[in-house]
Amino acid sequence: MKQINNPTSTSISGSTSSPIRELNPQFLESKENKQHLIDYLLGVADNYLILGQRLGELCGHGPNLEPDIAITNISLDLLGQVRSYYQYIAQIKGDKTTEDDIAFLRTEREYKNVLLVEQPNTDFAYIIVRQYFFDVYNRLFLNALQQSGDETLRALAFKGIKEASYHERFSGDWLKRLGDGTEESKVKTQEAVNNLWIFTEELFHKTEADQSMIEVGVAIDMTQFKELYYEKIKEQLTIAAIEIPEVEYFQKGGKQGIHSEHMGFLLSEMQYMQRTYPDSRW
Amino acid sequence: MSEAEIKNLEDQFDAKIARDEKIEPKDWMPEKYRKTHIRQMSQHAHSEIVGMLPEGNWITRAPSLRRKVALLAKVQDEAGHGLYLYSACETLGITREQMYEDLHSGKAKYSSIFNYPTVTWADMGAIGWLVDGAAIINQVPLCNTSFGPYARAMVRVCKEESFHQRQGYEIMLSLCNGSAEQKNMAQDALNRWWWPSLMMLGPTDAESTHTDQSMKWKLKRKTNDELRQQFIDQTVPQADILGLTIPDADLKWNEETGHYDFGEINWDEFWQVVKGHGPMNKSRIDARRNAWEGGAWVREAATAYADKQRARKEETAQAS
Repeated sequence: MKQINNPTSTSISGSTSSPIRELNPQFLESKENKQHLIDYLLGVADNYLILGQRLGELCGHGPNLEPDIAITNISLDLLGQVRSYYQYIAQIKGDKTTEDDIAFLRTEREYKNVLLVEQPNTDFAYIIVRQYFFDVYNRLFLNALQQSGDETLRALAFKGIKEASYHERFSGDWLKRLGDGTEESKVKTQEAVNNLWIFTEELFHKTEADQSMIEVGVAIDMTQFKELYYEKIKEQLTIAAIEIPEVEYFQKGGKQGIHSEHMGFLLSEMQYMQRTYPDSRW
Repeated sequence: MSEAEIKNLEDQFDAKIARDEKIEPKDWMPEKYRKTHIRQMSQHAHSEIVGMLPEGNWITRAPSLRRKVALLAKVQDEAGHGLYLYSACETLGITREQMYEDLHSGKAKYSSIFNYPTVTWADMGAIGWLVDGAAIINQVPLCNTSFGPYARAMVRVCKEESFHQRQGYEIMLSLCNGSAEQKNMAQDALNRWWWPSLMMLGPTDAESTHTDQSMKWKLKRKTNDELRQQFIDQTVPQADILGLTIPDADLKWNEETGHYDFGEINWDEFWQVVKGHGPMNKSRIDARRNAWEGGAWVREAATAYADKQRARKEETAQAS
């Protein structure tokens, strides 16, 4: 994991309501573009897969039935999204690759999710804070992605944003309950915020594939809503009576496939059946 | 109330049930009716939430995205069933907290089948096919039971259960159409789940203590032995389609009775598990207790926050 600077020093503000980009229909004829598009899509969808998997661990173990059901719903939404993105990648590849090959048969270095989503379910405060930090990003991201020059991505963004808004409401409401609940819940929530804050900046880190897809008009530039993101989460943390952490350095690496040590275990579990019984149909 | 008045109320109550009218939470009911329903409905709710654990055990390892999503949705449906059943039971004057306490202390029971471990992916198929299959046989008659909230909850539960059963059977079918290794996995799961599924329909009629009263209140429409026979008769042809062998050397079609004859059930094992000594009893209750006790601070935070919000609203109202 590399260390990078404070986001506020590099943030770029801007409007998210730019018009839909025109796409050159020949852009996929370039091998490089094709690989960049695939990498870009993985960068988006792997976040959903890994967070969906993390939330799936919790099913049946929630603090009460209602949040248990709600968290499973979020996991289901994310995994539903993953399938659409991976199916799209399989279509772009145009070979025999299936959604399951993409989900289960890559090595750790090939997963492009951010470090935030692979962080473990330490306790309910970590689960909610991790979720909120991701949900706000995801809602802003999908909102902007509706301007993508790629029709499939626009449709996916349009479908996903309703779910993302619901997720943000759920995690945002719980953040308030935990932060402004009891002394114990406040301490736990503050700890989770302090420890997860360092993973937020990576959401805005542009890879080579991101940059290339922004240039052709497929990807959207997430730095345009970075300032808005930090404003939103700081506002919500303040309402939740939680202090904003002051940190000098942030962590990144997931988007380049350099993950935390948690990731290998998550993958061993997730890939167990596909690795043990190769080429089987289920 | 005089004895004669109580007798009169009881007669009216019995007549209402005999006319197939529903008893609603605010209606007068005999204390025994209330207690029996609390026992049965809470037991049913507990079975749903304890039942989430053996299947939840495979969510993170499901072999494909499609299976993972379907399994998550199924386990979530069980949480939903638990929720309606606890709510229906609360109308009888017991809280969800009290019901949980009874589950954790061992006072309340849940279906014994969930005290077996899920050791392979095929168990997800076998549970859907056999366990949900046996549950449906038990539960369909409850859609017409006399207590209104229970009957209404069961209509929804049964619809979802029959979907789950088809999903389980479909998992088995995929395994049986797959490699030899996959088919063996399916056979092994059937071998392990068959007898516990038969036991799930309850002790034999001779041993069953609650049957008579339950029949009168329409909590039961058929005896345990009748339900078991129905389950076997319906399941054997399904196993044939899969090409799997039911692990019972005495199983054979009886032309005279029009039913399958079957071998002796190991009732010692049944009672051992019911009494708390099955392979997973301790682990299941520990998991429930850990979720509940470990989540206490979260529930307390939610209550404290709601109280603060209420107080703030009142303050604002007074100030204006």
